[in-house]
Amino acid sequence: MIVSLTVNGEPRTAEVAGFESLLWVLRERLDLRGAKDACLQGECGSCSVVLDGDLVCSCLVLAADAEGAEVTTVEGLGDATSPHPVQSAFVAHGAAQCGYCTPGLVVALAHLRENRPDASPDDVREALAGNLCRCTGYGAILRAAAEVLGRGDPGAGPVGDPDGTRSQGDGEVTP
Amino acid sequence: MHLVRPRDLDGVLDALAAHPGATLLAGGTDLMVEVNLQHRRPETVICLRRVEELRTFEPGFIGAGVTWARLEHGPIPALAELARTVGSPQIRAAGTLGGNLGTASPAGDGLTFLAAVDAHVVLASTTGRRTLPWSAFLVGPKRHARRDDEVILGVEVPDAAAWPQAFAKVGVRQAMVIAIVNCCVVRPADDDVRVAMGAVGPTVLRVPDAEAAVVGDPTPSAERLARFETLVRDGIAPITDHRATEAYRRHAAGVLARRTLERCLPG
Amino acid sequence: MSDVSVRRPEVADGVGTSVLRPDGIPKVTGTFEFLGDQHAAGMLWGATRRAEVAHARLRHVDVTPALAMAGVHAVLTLDDVPGHRYQGQKTTDEPVLAEEEIRRCGEAIAVVAADDPETARRAAQAIVVELEELEPLTDLEEALARGELFRHVRVRRGDPDARGEVVVEDTYAIATQDPAALGTEAGLAVPDGNGGLDLWGPTQWTHVDLPQLAACLALDPTQVRVHPARLGGAFGSREDLSMQTHLGMLALRTGRPVKMVYDRTESFVGHVKRHGALMHYRHEADRDGRLVRVEARLLLDSGPYELTSAAVVANSTYFALGPYRCERVEVDGYALKTNNPLSGAMRGFGANQPCFAAETQMDRLAAALGVDPLELRLRNAIGPGDHLATTGQRIEHPLPVAEVIRSVAAIPLPDPLPGPDVDPRRLPGGTGRTSPPGALVRGVGYAVGLKNLQFSEGFDDDAEARVELTPDGAVVHTAAIEVGQGLVTIVAQIARSTLGMSGVEVAFDHTGQIGSAGSTSASRQTQMAGGAVLRAAQAVRAAALERAGGDDLDDAGVWRDGQLVASLADLLADGPLDERVCFKHRPTDVPDADGQGDLHVDFCVAAHRAVVDVDPELGLVRVVEVAIAQDVGRVLNPLQLHGQIEGGIAQGLGHAIMEEVLVERGIIRNASFTDYLLPTCLDAPEVEAVLVEEPSPWGPYGAKGMAELPTMSATPAVVAAIRAATGQPLTRAPVRPEDIVRGAPA
Repeated sequence: MIVSLTVNGEPRTAEVAGFESLLWVLRERLDLRGAKDACLQGECGSCSVVLDGDLVCSCLVLAADAEGAEVTTVEGLGDATSPHPVQSAFVAHGAAQCGYCTPGLVVALAHLRENRPDASPDDVREALAGNLCRCTGYGAILRAAAEVLGRGDPGAGPVGDPDGTRSQGDGEVTP
Repeated sequence: MHLVRPRDLDGVLDALAAHPGATLLAGGTDLMVEVNLQHRRPETVICLRRVEELRTFEPGFIGAGVTWARLEHGPIPALAELARTVGSPQIRAAGTLGGNLGTASPAGDGLTFLAAVDAHVVLASTTGRRTLPWSAFLVGPKRHARRDDEVILGVEVPDAAAWPQAFAKVGVRQAMVIAIVNCCVVRPADDDVRVAMGAVGPTVLRVPDAEAAVVGDPTPSAERLARFETLVRDGIAPITDHRATEAYRRHAAGVLARRTLERCLPG
Repeated sequence: MSDVSVRRPEVADGVGTSVLRPDGIPKVTGTFEFLGDQHAAGMLWGATRRAEVAHARLRHVDVTPALAMAGVHAVLTLDDVPGHRYQGQKTTDEPVLAEEEIRRCGEAIAVVAADDPETARRAAQAIVVELEELEPLTDLEEALARGELFRHVRVRRGDPDARGEVVVEDTYAIATQDPAALGTEAGLAVPDGNGGLDLWGPTQWTHVDLPQLAACLALDPTQVRVHPARLGGAFGSREDLSMQTHLGMLALRTGRPVKMVYDRTESFVGHVKRHGALMHYRHEADRDGRLVRVEARLLLDSGPYELTSAAVVANSTYFALGPYRCERVEVDGYALKTNNPLSGAMRGFGANQPCFAAETQMDRLAAALGVDPLELRLRNAIGPGDHLATTGQRIEHPLPVAEVIRSVAAIPLPDPLPGPDVDPRRLPGGTGRTSPPGALVRGVGYAVGLKNLQFSEGFDDDAEARVELTPDGAVVHTAAIEVGQGLVTIVAQIARSTLGMSGVEVAFDHTGQIGSAGSTSASRQTQMAGGAVLRAAQAVRAAALERAGGDDLDDAGVWRDGQLVASLADLLADGPLDERVCFKHRPTDVPDADGQGDLHVDFCVAAHRAVVDVDPELGLVRVVEVAIAQDVGRVLNPLQLHGQIEGGIAQGLGHAIMEEVLVERGIIRNASFTDYLLPTCLDAPEVEAVLVEEPSPWGPYGAKGMAELPTMSATPAVVAAIRAATGQPLTRAPVRPEDIVRGAPA
């Protein structure tokens, strides 16, 4: 069947099979492969998108049921020439390592910033608890969040300031 | 796959009459997992997302289509507490209380509240409406009494917002866990304490013996609370599965129920 | 500065700075093309039919129902393997597709290529498979008794009669851990029209995949180009082939590109795990707390195929004690062959399992002696000039064991137990509201981890790199795999500081373009790929200076006495400046019959301290803080190094309290993220890190590999902290709630 929806502000239509998820349709029919497919059961958040204002797992949305919906994906937040502040903060804090969880986390954090700019550090952790990351241990992500929400995260620890970490030993740095 | 996207309740009922046994899709947080990973391919799916009538949330009635996110920020404390533990924010934005009833998992967090307040499940079809007590609706693990041509409209609940009440849930992660044990306690009055336990039996269950041990005593002694804990432990029917052993579930249920009750007591 | 004739004092973005990842923007904007995002024109989709039991005889396979389906282009079984029917990076013992005996749950029986993934999946299910189920071998002691093993590593060192008065002895178990990289296995094979193909698959070492693929596909190695993969994480799980041969077979058979993506459930049987282990230890010490004798017997569950298990069990055996002196050591490590899930490499590579048992033994020995556990470790700590207690190897290079122990102990402890008004998210149970502050007990635990850098036992590998000057700057070429760890940044920084140029880019080459860089594993690429890049950059710089008769090089060109004498374009007018270097580390020995010899290139060490709050009545734990002091040689990129520390700690924490592959009759019971739990944002502890910098004499700019240690001793440290809080023995990891509650007053 044909499904019409608005993606990143643009009207789009796609031919979809009945059982296909919104994630599949975004990735395979609309060529938007930012959202990822790490679990397909709503446990990892790598497929997070904003659907009619709500942060959802696009793998759990039946594409055909998204008829008429407004969808924002990571591609809709910013690009290389004008990244979203959340995207810039992720790069600056080293919050993307392998990067597979990153699009979902960027969408989740941007949604939080939009809807709860006053979120406390604990609120941030709770709000991002549905986005699993296997590489970073979350520290860099929380520091990126603290930056875009305009506050420090006492829970993120002093590793946040690499230059402030105590290093021992001295001597010339030579090859 | 045949898809129906009704705009109102009548449309849902007509679709169900035309396609009895059709699969109902609300938030998708259970069904789509089966579609994605177990490759379930239902013949007919009726989408409930657009049906305003299912989203009623008012004193005395909660529509089946009310999401966990709304419950989390709603006026009923225990319901808000339990909603907060359901999955992730993404799941709570999509998943609904009706989904908990439709899936009928013994671990469904929302079911503990419904059992504790003696909710009635309202079902509708083109032939009319009927109301079942929660215990008649939930008949076994993943089994319920909805007929093929019915939709769950919602639940009738007492106006419980002001009652002392609390929810708690054991899992080995700080968030995003399926309950090893969950528990809801409400105290409609000093002489009425209700305790519902989840994930410790074929369905959510109440523990009448334990309730009886603390009824009428707003300041139970440590001995009485210990007795309550023992009666909870003895009044449930847990099993061993990949999430926990029967022995741990029994032990944890007692501790959790006692602590949850303590949160419902004055002072 | 606009005046290019003014020499900049220092190269920008060189070593020691927190250079940001060049792939950062593509990753945050969603345009980075991971393996699973790749497409090719006319592409088919592959699917795999797998065994659902762990041990069986394959009676019959009928592919005709699948072949008859519209849209199906190929259905292949073992008989369709064009060449060698077995694969494996050391011993080729894993059948490409199932032979008569099926030895593990998830073993691939047949593969399908079809127009779309749904058709491919349905076709795979339509294949008729007749199995006769056999009893699976799942018990480690039974496997040992039956002689089902890949390798026995034996260590005997010191005076056999040495005995200590104070004895602690126990058996420990650690469960299988899944690497659980967020990106599942995905790949693409594209026929080249000349009988060969290009292949992108989940890999950590393209050049070890190549000969296996060529042999199985009956192609000359020059006909297969294995491309570097853009992986969604690895952690060891991409060291062995998964879908690559299948993709190659399907692409060759159909003549069309074929793509495959495993879903999470399939991924659980589609990659190797950290070996579960059963470990018996006996420690003997004298009254002064000097280790006199250690006996250990280590049983590692390898699953049915060898893969890297022979090397993993060697690491377990050689690092069975930790960084301590001991008069007499007797260790027997066994890599056992079972019908359980396949195990192989994972961050720490066999050193983690004994670290859990041996560090627990040290704590118990300290308790038996009545000395402080850190003091006991310090009394026995080895350092340069000492010999490794297992292999006898003399420690030649910096190894600051005592320093990391003292440094981690000196980090101030976090705030005390929370008061009544604390946010529930900071209590065990989190949003589940299980645990009032009054129910909590705090515990503090320590553990120390010692590990080798690079490969060992005479496996003397090397790394090739190429540095090329272009008119726009320099390009570093390498086949080393970037798995997210930041190699892309590190090798560029090394090249910049060495060349004196900031304009450096990294090109990841396929196997047809450059020689092997060795594996992205064993904490080796910073030193190995980095070492090769360093030397290639030195050669390019020397050649550039010589060609222009200069004394300095920067982004503008070559300088002499402060004057620019040749721009990069001028330099290249006389021919390319392009140097290829193969870097080898010093040779290592093959062990003798007692496991003795200089088996390792170098070593690294770290100490962890964990602080936990435990609800003993419910057995729930929240890890409040994990502190680490780590030997890193020299920090090349502080931002990335801290990312590795925090990420490694989270994985170690996971294995301590929630991560366990549950296996029953060889079948994984929790092959999903619903039941295989990874730490979330709310589970992440605060991390405090002290970096002990004693430059490596051979690593580039003094750097050592560092990414495995943060995981290794984090697990025993967290369990030690829970033990300190509860008094329970906790001889098994991960610790389950019932382990804490058991025996406690109900």
